[in-house]
Amino acid sequence: MTAKKSNSEKTSLLVKLFSIEGAGTALVFIILILLFMFTAPRAFTGYRIYMSFMASVPPALIIALGLTLVASAGEMDLSFPATVAFGSYIFSMLFQQYEFTWIALFAAVMVGTLMGFINGWIITKLGIPSMIASLAMMFLWGGLVTIISNGISIAIPTIQATFFHTIMVGRIGGYFPAQMIWALAISAFIWLLLNRHPFGENILFIGDSEKVAKVVGIPVARERIKLFTLMGALSALAGVFLTVETNVYFSSQGQGYLLTVIAAVFIGGTSIFGGSGKVVGTVFAALIVAIIEAGLVASGIQGFWTRFFIGVVFILSVVMNNAIEDPDKVPLIKSIRLRMKR
Amino acid sequence: MPSTPIVRLENVSKFYGKVESLKNVSIEIGNNEIVGLIGDNGAGKSTLIKVLTGVEQPTSGTLYIHGKKIDAANYSVKEAHKLKIETVYQDSSLGEKQPLWRNFFVGRPITNRFGFIDVKEEKRIADQIMRTTIGFRGVGIDYDTPVSSLSGGERQGVAIGRAMYFDSDLIVLDEPTVALALKEVRKVLDFIRSIKTGGRSCIYIEHNIQHVYEVCDRLLVLDRGEIVLDKPTSSMTYDELINFLMSMHKIEETN
Repeated sequence: MTAKKSNSEKTSLLVKLFSIEGAGTALVFIILILLFMFTAPRAFTGYRIYMSFMASVPPALIIALGLTLVASAGEMDLSFPATVAFGSYIFSMLFQQYEFTWIALFAAVMVGTLMGFINGWIITKLGIPSMIASLAMMFLWGGLVTIISNGISIAIPTIQATFFHTIMVGRIGGYFPAQMIWALAISAFIWLLLNRHPFGENILFIGDSEKVAKVVGIPVARERIKLFTLMGALSALAGVFLTVETNVYFSSQGQGYLLTVIAAVFIGGTSIFGGSGKVVGTVFAALIVAIIEAGLVASGIQGFWTRFFIGVVFILSVVMNNAIEDPDKVPLIKSIRLRMKR
Repeated sequence: MPSTPIVRLENVSKFYGKVESLKNVSIEIGNNEIVGLIGDNGAGKSTLIKVLTGVEQPTSGTLYIHGKKIDAANYSVKEAHKLKIETVYQDSSLGEKQPLWRNFFVGRPITNRFGFIDVKEEKRIADQIMRTTIGFRGVGIDYDTPVSSLSGGERQGVAIGRAMYFDSDLIVLDEPTVALALKEVRKVLDFIRSIKTGGRSCIYIEHNIQHVYEVCDRLLVLDRGEIVLDKPTSSMTYDELINFLMSMHKIEETN
């Protein structure tokens, strides 16, 4: 115990620096940018590539924010690709048929909310672990949206002429994508929700230990349903942003997000065991995942390598985050430390 | 004592499937007393506590709190908290990764008018509880410390401190000294005594008969779901108590 304490005093400055939320992830982000500035100077020293990140990252970031809360509660949601597609479909369909914009947005988010609520209900009331239940729901919702949309895609190019388009994904000053402002505002809201609201506190305690959560009087089932409901709403909202930016709906639209969003959440430092969530980390990690893809291609490396490198960063980040939380959680570091003490 | 008891159970039974964990239990917990609850593993101690504190609903029977009949269907931990009944479990009262200040107020946060947690106020009160009520001084622990770096005795202290801050009338302690070093056990027993000085009551569940005999005013013995002894501690010597518990086992064996 005393040895542990003196040791921690020695490293206290470093620990303090890294205990700032998201500091580690931000550092990785900066290192990657510097690296790509070196390997792909033409792309990474100009502003254009960053603007294109700001345009493409927000949908993934919005989903990742929701999933950060879900993971903090020790849960998982694999159904969001289908919810993204559903939100996208509802919006595109209502815009194509009736030229609704705000109403279409509202309807899409409502449908996502309802889907999330049903997911939460199935997980808590039928007692299926969320990993499995949400996998099943991904098939179910994904199948349903394909049936309803007849498997065809919808193109809505005329959305570009609307005021709604300008507000949602317009380019501020001709360059800066508005969706990034929205995504950052949602990030701030999610941060407050997790760290400063009783709901967030309840989520953290549920993720820490369900038994403890029950004992201290948290309505565990109700909070879980709320959590998945919020996740559904955010996923559908992400779907709308995606459609408004790309002007198209297709039923497999959300599929590409599944792995990268999950990776972003855990690269960002949210505990894989639940009980701790890092919203700031998620914001940087969502950028990291996007930047790896663009950076590798711009560096002249085949696109096939993207996933390989995301995998590398994923493993390193999770290990690093675990080590920051408690070095003894990583058996390798633990054995090295023990050997050094001898 | 003419005053109404804090809690009264009347013919309470609890089934888990076909297993009857509590059989027609009727007990009372009065004001200002420490009641020791003794019984073997599986005797129904935890079930009794769960029913009492709203974690589980009884299969049949009635529960009175402060003389008021409780609607079993709506009785929950939250409701128990409102009626000032608090439980301290041996290992599941605190969130390991969460800082102490959150642990004091989880489930009952202090919020501002926008519904957000008033972190500053919670930390201030947490600091106060830690310094005055439970006397954590100069041990390198503050309100930002996560529970995971506390010793077993310190954890019990935090949980008991929390119960006392929320002004509970009845604090239930579920084997608080299990797996503690001797020095730590002393601390916890002192915590238990301090509960009574505040005019509150306490149900103390413990395997170590000596500890129970030392701090309790009244003894309850549970055996296979039934109350087999309910006497003031002063009415029997420690040896008599041991003999009684031993004889219980003998009957079991001859059966």
